[in-house]
Amino acid sequence: MKFSSEFRDPAKAEALLKAIERTLDGMPRRPDRPIHVMEVCGGHTHSVFRYGLHRLIDPRIEFVHGPGCPVCVLPMGRVDDCVKIAERPEVIFTTFGDAMRVPGSRKSLTQAKADGADIRMVYSPLDALDLARANPSREVVFFGLGFETTMPSTALTILEAERAGIKNFSMLCQHITIIPTLRALLAEEDNQIDGFIGPGHVSMVIGIRGYDFIAELYGKPLVVAGFEPLDILQALLMVLRQLKDGDAHIDNQYARVVPEAGNTVALDAMAKVFEPRPVTDWRGLGNIAQSGAQIRTAYEAFDAEKKFALLAADVPDPQVVKCGEVVKGRMKPTQCPAFGKECTPQNPIGALMVSSEGACAAYAQYAAPRLRTGRAVEVADA
Amino acid sequence: MPKRLPVRGETVTLAHGSGGRAMRALIDSVFLDAFADTAVDEKDDAALVDFDSSGGDRLVFTTDAFVIDPIVFPGGDLGKLAVCGTVNDLAVAGARPAALSAAFIIEAGFPVADLTRLAKSMAQAATAADVKIVTGDTKVVDRGAADKVFITTSGIGVLPKGRDFGAHKVASGDKIIVSDAIGAHGAAVMAARGDLKLQTELCSDCKPLSGLVEALIAVAPSLRLLRDATRGGVATVLCEFALAAKLGIRIHEDSLVVSDPVRGIAEILGLDPLYLANEGVFVAVVASADAALCCQTLRALPGGAGAAVIGEVVDDYPGEVVLVSPFGGERLVDMLDGEQLPRIC
Repeated sequence: MKFSSEFRDPAKAEALLKAIERTLDGMPRRPDRPIHVMEVCGGHTHSVFRYGLHRLIDPRIEFVHGPGCPVCVLPMGRVDDCVKIAERPEVIFTTFGDAMRVPGSRKSLTQAKADGADIRMVYSPLDALDLARANPSREVVFFGLGFETTMPSTALTILEAERAGIKNFSMLCQHITIIPTLRALLAEEDNQIDGFIGPGHVSMVIGIRGYDFIAELYGKPLVVAGFEPLDILQALLMVLRQLKDGDAHIDNQYARVVPEAGNTVALDAMAKVFEPRPVTDWRGLGNIAQSGAQIRTAYEAFDAEKKFALLAADVPDPQVVKCGEVVKGRMKPTQCPAFGKECTPQNPIGALMVSSEGACAAYAQYAAPRLRTGRAVEVADA
Repeated sequence: MPKRLPVRGETVTLAHGSGGRAMRALIDSVFLDAFADTAVDEKDDAALVDFDSSGGDRLVFTTDAFVIDPIVFPGGDLGKLAVCGTVNDLAVAGARPAALSAAFIIEAGFPVADLTRLAKSMAQAATAADVKIVTGDTKVVDRGAADKVFITTSGIGVLPKGRDFGAHKVASGDKIIVSDAIGAHGAAVMAARGDLKLQTELCSDCKPLSGLVEALIAVAPSLRLLRDATRGGVATVLCEFALAAKLGIRIHEDSLVVSDPVRGIAEILGLDPLYLANEGVFVAVVASADAALCCQTLRALPGGAGAAVIGEVVDDYPGEVVLVSPFGGERLVDMLDGEQLPRIC
């Protein structure tokens, strides 16, 4: 399969790993800790674990798993909103698959479906719009979840609903934006992040200039990267070379997909339909100003919050899990007191355990504690 | 032969489940007609099956219930699945399938023509597996009380004397063999549900495995363990093997045979082919010395073209399965929790 095999070439991976090692050899070693490189995006976290990159890279570097998984930062109160709407008898509630299992304070969407709510998984918001066309007597609600990656498609769906005069379709908007969150992370004084591997799909939409403040204000490098193992290793090398040279700028490893200015057609559609929400709640991170989107008044007929008169409930995160500390890079998943005990992939409490892109689920799934200590190293050498 | 009653109407109704004339007409025209070549032409509630135990052969008995949405998918349908599923459970126990039963729970309103198609496809699969459907039952339930048709099949197979495999025989150094390319059934059914709107060339691997298993046993007396990789995929079977044998299993990602269409849909949806269901693929553990001949034998047979050695049994990490990526990175292969959900981005 041509479209991916060339980005998984073992010989090239080995060459990159060697180059990473050589670069590190030319740098003074930090006495206190390894170099922390945050991969912002959940897709990167998933690839790191799926291909075992965290075990292949030099121990002088450590990946810190960032907040870029929209499912992981979905707060309980918002899941409650989804359930509340989905349980109305006239509603067909539609969502991307991976939001189904996220625990709410009462129940997850999977549980609500088992209890009789009409909840359907879709692969695109346009599928939800088709459902609305096919079921004129029902109210079809789409759960618009995601970063700028999914925003263009939901914006275009709302524009299409308006053009076609479809009245029984609305969207519960849970779009979030990555830049304000990176700002909030970096503003914390004790953050221990030395450089960033920047999100690929988000940048495909927004371009790369929005990250400039990371280099200019905080003096840290960021390299936008693709999701294949070679992409990630190459981006890591690019970050390290900047650190070695005492340089900090925004670079683009994923130029085959990410244009510097982003996608203007997508950005125009988003600007037409969405506006910044004053405050958005992130699971694990709390409220962050201007970090989410809401539907503009001009399109409020398609806004499920208005249609169903929702009052956003603020539900605190469960105390036992430390998702926030993990997302901020201060704690490894295994250092959370609930990891593998109360909070497991079978019974996730924290959102990082729910999605396969969540750092905790990745740890639990691909690197059980037994494997991460001792003998496994021999296997790698064999 | 008694005169068969014609079925009236185009859809199954509650009357067809009432035990009276309508039911007899349905059984006559749908099931007895389709199973004429494979089943005994009797409508008694029990069938006689001959069995000679004097040589030390034993009976193997299994049952399985089948529900699937959609009931017709590329490469098969619910009927074929219901026969292959039970035949394969017998085959991987080392038994030669001898007789099947089939029980139908039908939702009122289901088209008779579709039921006939399912029955014909069951008959075809039974013929392919060289097994007879010898008895059955039909129930009709109200609309909404079932989803179209549910089929339960039970099967009896004969286990020849001396065939004895199990986890106790597995030893470090043994090889893991998979009988064909993986993940095709799970991927095909997902695509056939229609909400993906993807044009694909996916085709389910649904097929009886009894022939392949007999061929394998003939060349590999060292066969240690055998299981068909249905729900939960190859990954789940490997985890079960490792737990049962109390040894580790190491597999190599570049040895896994995955067709391009399956790989494509898995990439798009963020699914792992190792966890996708198969309905015509088995996983076997054999002695290292026999592995090459096993693969060669399977590859020469229909349904075994993708046979490959994918890994080995190791002393390290007992009870766990580790996958080695093409550049040496490794990860744990764990059992699936719940179903695989497509990822958002």
